[in-house]
Amino acid sequence: MSTLLDIKNLSTHFNTSAGTIKAVNDVSFELREGETLGLVGESGCGKSVTALSIMRLVPSPPGRIVSGDVIFQGQNLLKISEAEMQNVRGRDIGMIFQEPMTSLNPVLSIGRQLREPLELHLGMTKQQSLSRSSELLELVGIPDPATRLKTFPHQTSGGQRQRIMIAMALSCEPKLLIADEATTALDVTIQAQILEIIKELTDRLGTSVIIITHNLGVVARYADSVNVMYAGKLRESGSLDQVYKEPKHPYTVGLLNSVPTLDLDPNVRLQPIRGEIPNLTDLPEGCAFIDRCDYATQKCEESEPELEEVEDAHFGACWEHRRVGKNLQGITP
Amino acid sequence: MTITTAHSTTDETNSNSQSPLLDIRDLKVHFPVTEGFIIQRQVGVVKAVDGVNLSVNPGETLGLVGESGSGKTTVGRAILKLEEATAGQIILNGEEISDWKGTRLREARRHLGMVFQDPFGSLNPRMSAGNLVGEPLKIHGLTNSKSEYRRRVAELLSLVGLNPQMAGRYPHEFSGGQRQRIGVARALASKPDVIVLDEPVSALDVSIQAQVINLIKDLQTEFGLAYIFIAHDLSVVRNISDRVAVMYLGKIVETGARDELYNNPKHPYTQALLSAVPTANPALERTRNRIVLEGDIPSPLNPPSGCVFRTRCPVATEECSQILPELQNIEGTHSAACINGDWYKRTPQTTGADSASSAP
Repeated sequence: MSTLLDIKNLSTHFNTSAGTIKAVNDVSFELREGETLGLVGESGCGKSVTALSIMRLVPSPPGRIVSGDVIFQGQNLLKISEAEMQNVRGRDIGMIFQEPMTSLNPVLSIGRQLREPLELHLGMTKQQSLSRSSELLELVGIPDPATRLKTFPHQTSGGQRQRIMIAMALSCEPKLLIADEATTALDVTIQAQILEIIKELTDRLGTSVIIITHNLGVVARYADSVNVMYAGKLRESGSLDQVYKEPKHPYTVGLLNSVPTLDLDPNVRLQPIRGEIPNLTDLPEGCAFIDRCDYATQKCEESEPELEEVEDAHFGACWEHRRVGKNLQGITP
Repeated sequence: MTITTAHSTTDETNSNSQSPLLDIRDLKVHFPVTEGFIIQRQVGVVKAVDGVNLSVNPGETLGLVGESGSGKTTVGRAILKLEEATAGQIILNGEEISDWKGTRLREARRHLGMVFQDPFGSLNPRMSAGNLVGEPLKIHGLTNSKSEYRRRVAELLSLVGLNPQMAGRYPHEFSGGQRQRIGVARALASKPDVIVLDEPVSALDVSIQAQVINLIKDLQTEFGLAYIFIAHDLSVVRNISDRVAVMYLGKIVETGARDELYNNPKHPYTQALLSAVPTANPALERTRNRIVLEGDIPSPLNPPSGCVFRTRCPVATEECSQILPELQNIEGTHSAACINGDWYKRTPQTTGADSASSAP
């Protein structure tokens, strides 16, 4: 499979009164055609800003993409004009946002909003876009699409709104779909519905997907590979089995140990990561995870480890990665 | 009127013979829906909680799970009388508190604590951490001197893992996890018997969630507290609960001891709910059987006839629209409400004439 998206040394900073926040700090990764990548991390780790940087939607000011390349289908998205970028957004890259309540325009009908990308990017006539819109709604499982097109976002439930967002994001059959916490605000049964729809449609269209989430379970179920972010940097990257079975970064180990899951013994005590996420304006000199890490040594204090290949296509950014073992309670391989 | 505290009896938490600490019988909370601005008329009723029975024994954790709109939060609020119950009884330590008001109610509330979901919205931003934690002490007159008050506040803060020197700081100076710790300390201040925890960790990051869950568990062991743990996250509920009740559209559809319910779910809703939760285990996820429910939770304004779950149920039959299933015992403490279950015994008055012909 060929590479669809190649991100090289991407850095996005925010200038605030408290100082510069390096929300995304020298992040590089690749995405192949048809691949589903999970981008995992806690709030403030930079996963959403990475997505916004790819789409060039970082609010500026205060945000600024300071360096790096985002090469999508051989074209550097950071170098093209805004007009060209508008042709990429929606047509080549679709995005689904977290809040289904606020990401639809409340004063335009659902039909009007669905038709927009079709007419803009594919040059459809009103007739064509209308019939395509109702096909799309049917595809994402919305009953009675013709009537639904005339309604407004507030007349639909959260799950339905997220379906409409999916229909919109996939309407031009993009090469890449970015789902930024697309199911976080939804109930579990609705979350399962939405994720199944995304999987089915992107499989059919051969779309690559970046799932951005803090939920390790969602990634385990739907992704092929995982990137773990912490404090603006990629800390670990690899295939699902590599990262979940043999994590090479203490933060990944900590995350896996602190989530209660249905397949583990419920009587085993959770092992939280101690402390809290560091202040992003005032990161330590060495490794940003040092204060919460059980493996930290003198070296970690002095210099920040870079991402290195610890085994075939499995990358970790930890000086002590040879000592890091998951020692996970009860997970059966 | 006196309420005996349960602290003296916590040693015998596991004896089944004792009466429950908190007993909720046939609780109903209905909200009228009105129309019109000056002349209001009632056009409908939302049955947020419709006939819920629950009991909590000293020192145990009852998990209450359900999706949004299931009524789980309303049950929690009704227990503390933050919501007026339409019908039903709330019995605390053998005394019915449902119709108590004023000072009597305040006295009852000393034995009940509550931790709210939103660590940002539930603390008064103008009160320091020390005052927030000390407020219940003042309201209930639990300390006799200023020095005792200060000592107790410091003690509470260190109990939840905060430095007592932080007492002078205000909520915005704390992180989400620390704020939730203040919420827990506040609930503990009056030495309650039961604490209602309403989604206490769902607003927190995963690494912080585990810290707060462990704190809640440790405090239970130390003080013999009983918890009602309300959450939508089934994995978290499994980790913390002794018994679990699953709610759907204002009703309990299944309840039982934790392992009975999780290892052998009987109600189709519980089965679907459990299969919808992805686990952080890729190998297991590849082989797992998933039940994906169709549609949304129905509007509580216009709930389906018969079984409330039938519109999304994969095994619903014609009869489900006619028969209102009741919770029936399966074995031990495990009960579920589904007429298609093999344990379900139909009573003559609820059975349709041709019930024998339609097997699931």
